[in-house]
Amino acid sequence: MSKEYEAVIGLEVHVELNTKTKIFCGCSTAFGGSPNINVCPVCSGMPGSLPVLNRAVVDKAISIGLATNCNITRNSKFDRKNYFYPDNPQNYQISQLYYPICRDGKIEIETENGKKFVRIHEMHMEEDAGKLIHNAFTGETYVDFNRSGVPLVEIVSEPDMRSADEVLAYLDKLRLTIQYLGASDCKLNEGSMRVDVNMSLREKGTEKFGTRTETKNLNSFKAIKRCIENEFERQADILDAGDKVVQETRRWDDDKGYSYTMRSKEDAQDYRYFPDPDLVPLIIDDEWLERIKSNQPELRDEKKERYAREYGIPEYDIGLITEYKELADIFEDGVNEGADPKKVSNWIIGETLRLSKDTDKDITEISFSGKHLASLIKLLDEKKINNTIAKQVFEHIFNEDVDPVEYAEKNNLIIKTDSGALAETVKKAIEANPKAVADMKAGKKKAMGAIVGFVMKEMKGKCDPAEVNKLVMAEIAKL
Amino acid sequence: MQITDDMIKYVAELAKLELSDDSKEQAKKDMSDMLDYVNMLNELDTAQVEPMSHCFPVSNVLREDVVTNVNDRENMLLNAPEKSEDSYIVPKTF
Repeated sequence: MSKEYEAVIGLEVHVELNTKTKIFCGCSTAFGGSPNINVCPVCSGMPGSLPVLNRAVVDKAISIGLATNCNITRNSKFDRKNYFYPDNPQNYQISQLYYPICRDGKIEIETENGKKFVRIHEMHMEEDAGKLIHNAFTGETYVDFNRSGVPLVEIVSEPDMRSADEVLAYLDKLRLTIQYLGASDCKLNEGSMRVDVNMSLREKGTEKFGTRTETKNLNSFKAIKRCIENEFERQADILDAGDKVVQETRRWDDDKGYSYTMRSKEDAQDYRYFPDPDLVPLIIDDEWLERIKSNQPELRDEKKERYAREYGIPEYDIGLITEYKELADIFEDGVNEGADPKKVSNWIIGETLRLSKDTDKDITEISFSGKHLASLIKLLDEKKINNTIAKQVFEHIFNEDVDPVEYAEKNNLIIKTDSGALAETVKKAIEANPKAVADMKAGKKKAMGAIVGFVMKEMKGKCDPAEVNKLVMAEIAKL
Repeated sequence: MQITDDMIKYVAELAKLELSDDSKEQAKKDMSDMLDYVNMLNELDTAQVEPMSHCFPVSNVLREDVVTNVNDRENMLLNAPEKSEDSYIVPKTF
């Protein structure tokens, strides 16, 4: 009979910081261009070149450290991690081993089983490697150093997680915190957030840790969940058979749904870390720390509380809106213009999310102005446009951030307050639809639709359906 | 300090060097001499001295986050033993 096991999981998370320049040189961090256009002697590892630390990298690292309740190391240093690989032009990576910038943090996560803290062991700054592009056709490997020297922080948790759900909750909290801080966009599928899973099993109720494996190449939250479930089964089978789990690094293949050995402990590399003589110590004084502290933005948990308190919108709405800082920003801009919070919320969690899905636009790329949404709501409130038109106009706000007032006027969408014209059209509709009128008189309320529809069409949608209903009823009553 | 054959072999592997038997012996001797030389420092009592990673009392040399470099690919690739129009070419790694 198989025993009951518990997973013990710790994570190493690499996050690419969104500074304008690389960590040790003035090359741009912009992506998507042609290979090797953002490369200089420093980030291509030319002998004699000297790295100089980017202040913004330190600012962002401290900011993340403070938001995750870490102690900031006042006397921090950089070390060289030595290894040979063509994506690493210096033959060492500049990282922090002995005095990482942050230590001993914790973040609170929430799952179905309640709230708990996951401790952060440490967080350090380091440089990213270049990219290798393999050409199967020519059998050659090309090196692109555009990414070489892009700043990273590596956040190492304690082995405090016990399930895939807890891991996802932790990652989501981390992602949102860093996105709210504006330090990175944290996209797993684009590599600006990379997750390695360290995992072992132990018998439920026991304290001692089992032998752990490390799994790499996890490019989505779904892959992480599948990998953890898969690794749980794999290790449980080994333990059930009375064998020992081998300490090793594994690589997840998401297409095939399993992982395989990359390297075992025996051929673990000897990195020969030593202090980088090219970089002087980094001292964070009170003033620096205070400057970052006083500039910390409001984080998600604080926002959630405030929205409930100040705006009284449902918890469900708050959850969706604060899930992305971009949505929260739009919401707040709209509400600050005086629009009703619940109405703003409805447009965000309704039409905005629908359009984002339909147009395949990532939520993090939504950038229309909350002011424009507020003006649209005002047009509706004043009955200057109806719901159907409002949705059409909103699509243009969503896509091109148009000013709805200007747009509606320019495209002649504002409802005419000319009641004479409307009354005329209603009369015309009744004359043109004798059958519907007869049906209505016979008590078939559905027939109303044909008459109202006729009016709406004649008026090109620029009228209030409720108003039309009222007029049609009144006219028919007269007959 | 005695440098063993195993030690030289390990260091050569880490440095990706292939040493002939002659140069292996020479390297053993050189390395041993160097370590003995550095070992002289151990005669000093440093119990009360704070370790440092840099020989000058300088800290916080920082740059502002401003792009200063432009596309210099042509020049950068001049140093490459092998290159394509836009990339370095290395022995295949897959």
